[in-house]
Amino acid sequence: MTTAASAVRARGKARTANEDKGNPKPRSSGALRHAYPMWFYLPAAALYVVFFAVPTFASFYFSLTRWTLFDTEFIGFENYTRFFQDPQLVQGFINTFVYGVTTSAAKVVIGLLLAVLLTSQILARGYLRSVVFFPVLVSTIGVGVMFTALLDPFDGLVNSVLALVGIEGPRWFTNPDIALLSVAAVDIWKGLGIATLIYIAGLVAIPQDYYEAARVDGAGRFEQFKSITLPLVMPATGTVIILSLIGGLRSFDLIWATTEGGPGFASDVIASVIYKQYQAGFYGLSTAGNVILFIVVTAVMVPITMMLNRRAVER
Amino acid sequence: MKLRLLRPLVATASALSLIALAGCSSGGDSADGTVEIDFLMDNGSDSVATAEALIEAFEAENPDISVTLQTRPGGGEGDNIIKTRLSTGEMADVFMYNSGSLFQALNPDKMLVEMSDQPWVEELDEDFVTTVSTDNGMYGNAWGATFGGGILYNKAIYEDLGLEVPQSWDEFMANNEAIAEAGLDPIIQTYGSTYTSQLFVLADFGNVLAVDPDWAEEYTANNRSYTEPPAFYGFQHHEDAAEANIFNEDFASATDADGAAMLAEGSGAHYPMLSNLIALIKQNSPDAVQDIGYFAMPAEDGSNTTAAIWQAAGLYVPQTTEGEEREAAMSFIEFITSDAGCDVMNENLPAAGPYPGTCELPEDAPPILTDLQTYFDEGKTAPVLEYLSPIKGPNLEHIMVEVGSGIRSAEDAAARYDEDVINQARQLGIEGW
Repeated sequence: MTTAASAVRARGKARTANEDKGNPKPRSSGALRHAYPMWFYLPAAALYVVFFAVPTFASFYFSLTRWTLFDTEFIGFENYTRFFQDPQLVQGFINTFVYGVTTSAAKVVIGLLLAVLLTSQILARGYLRSVVFFPVLVSTIGVGVMFTALLDPFDGLVNSVLALVGIEGPRWFTNPDIALLSVAAVDIWKGLGIATLIYIAGLVAIPQDYYEAARVDGAGRFEQFKSITLPLVMPATGTVIILSLIGGLRSFDLIWATTEGGPGFASDVIASVIYKQYQAGFYGLSTAGNVILFIVVTAVMVPITMMLNRRAVER
Repeated sequence: MKLRLLRPLVATASALSLIALAGCSSGGDSADGTVEIDFLMDNGSDSVATAEALIEAFEAENPDISVTLQTRPGGGEGDNIIKTRLSTGEMADVFMYNSGSLFQALNPDKMLVEMSDQPWVEELDEDFVTTVSTDNGMYGNAWGATFGGGILYNKAIYEDLGLEVPQSWDEFMANNEAIAEAGLDPIIQTYGSTYTSQLFVLADFGNVLAVDPDWAEEYTANNRSYTEPPAFYGFQHHEDAAEANIFNEDFASATDADGAAMLAEGSGAHYPMLSNLIALIKQNSPDAVQDIGYFAMPAEDGSNTTAAIWQAAGLYVPQTTEGEEREAAMSFIEFITSDAGCDVMNENLPAAGPYPGTCELPEDAPPILTDLQTYFDEGKTAPVLEYLSPIKGPNLEHIMVEVGSGIRSAEDAAARYDEDVINQARQLGIEGW
């Protein structure tokens, strides 16, 4: 009781002290905590509730029903048990992780190397930077359609060129063994610009003094890269990994535009499995799949984000 | 992450807002007293051309009605649009959609206008009427003609090589061998258009019924399986053909249009397909139409070989269309099977089988039609499964692509498909699943 009372007193004293010091905002305590009046937040809050909160909770509900769009029937967790029995599910999960890890690893490695190149003193640097960034600006569906034509195993430009030099190009999107990796390669091409951009920003932020000092100490180029560049772009690496892994785990549009998950189910990822269920009219089932995807992506991303953030702070 | 979770709802919400916008311009009286109605079609080039010609002819005859054409994609996306618009009360005044199991999934008793009192109903073929009826009523008129599924073949190749139309599967494979020796592709497969992969199974259904007439009802009650003959033969035959290595080289990436071109040019001899592919051939290689013939999917035992028949699609009116719009919609629907409507149909959408209504086939019917007609004359036709049972798994086409590409064995594929239909049966709330 006494402690509570003294705490209140102390807080009161603190406020008076604040006001005494001529605080520019000597209003009520509410005004101290909020920079703007409450009604300022209302439009954003309303939008958030209507477009995010309500649909999120509605989808949790619909995932527990058999939903035909015309009516719903509550069936408990049957959708979830059905979803886990789906024969595509295991393959879909494996493909999702292969796709996510491959694309994000390649973006880290190639993005960093490109960024090192594009921050060095080379000819037409500005032009090359925009060339690397350009694919990011093109619509994913457009990229998918373009590569379906380019990588057509028979009349596609890529295999035609390969044939000129005597190589029989692989059947990129139609060979079940490499279809997923072909799509991943296109994804890397398209997403590399963002990774490079983030790395360029990271590299430019490293003070030149370190390099000068290292040179004075007789460190070679590779030594400089390994001991200065690599550790100091760690925050950028974290950002690239998080962005591309999230993108990879929930990838859908590019896969749908190129292979539609095929041939057969060879390049199906979780998102395309869910989409096909939705297309088939299994609305409750596909909503359950989305809830599961949400949980899985969260379960993967939260620890990774925490780990990367901690390393960034420790440094 | 959140966006992913919300995808269906966001998609629905955005679809609704689009429809709301479309709704503003739809229906109602205009100032000069004409009634305006909307007509929703799929966006296939021949469907759109036919619909436009039909509207023109209809408006000429009914100057007080104005019809606006709307289009939608086909396939699963089209199914979604139809269901969403119906359930939100924003459906066009007249719409075209499949008959049979897809029609049943629309909840017709609640959503559609009953039509059994209309004057044109008695002209319709009984087989068609059942595919647009529930226990409580009849809901649609026929759009276009029936069509067959089976093997489309190049008659010129058959003549050159002195081959005869095969009855049994073994005879068919013997023909394929002869065609391969002549340096041509015996069987055309086009997995770039995945739906075409299903024909070995779907068009084999007449042969299944010939052996086991109760198969469809028993299947709906979960007492039959694709892993056992006679239904298993469809999977088995597809695997046989894949293992014989007699497909066109680019089977994995070719599309249905490529397949039609190969058949028309004569670089491929057989194309397991729907007979309405003839519309595409007529559009792209009109000279080849006379060379294209049809025979039913050969059964394991040749005496069972039966042509598998798809029914015409239906034209429906939603219950949300009322008053004079409903009257206008009804007269538009009636017009489609009138003489003037039939002329438009014959001119624009080449029939690939007999009409279920009053329309007559044109005099100069292409050979593919006369070939199909012989099966009707002999009574050797049967409806495909989707008109007899509501159960069809969504992944059959992908499973059959796997069989045709050598990724999955026939046994495994049949078992996988049995698993696939469980979702559909449960979604429809059918007992026994």
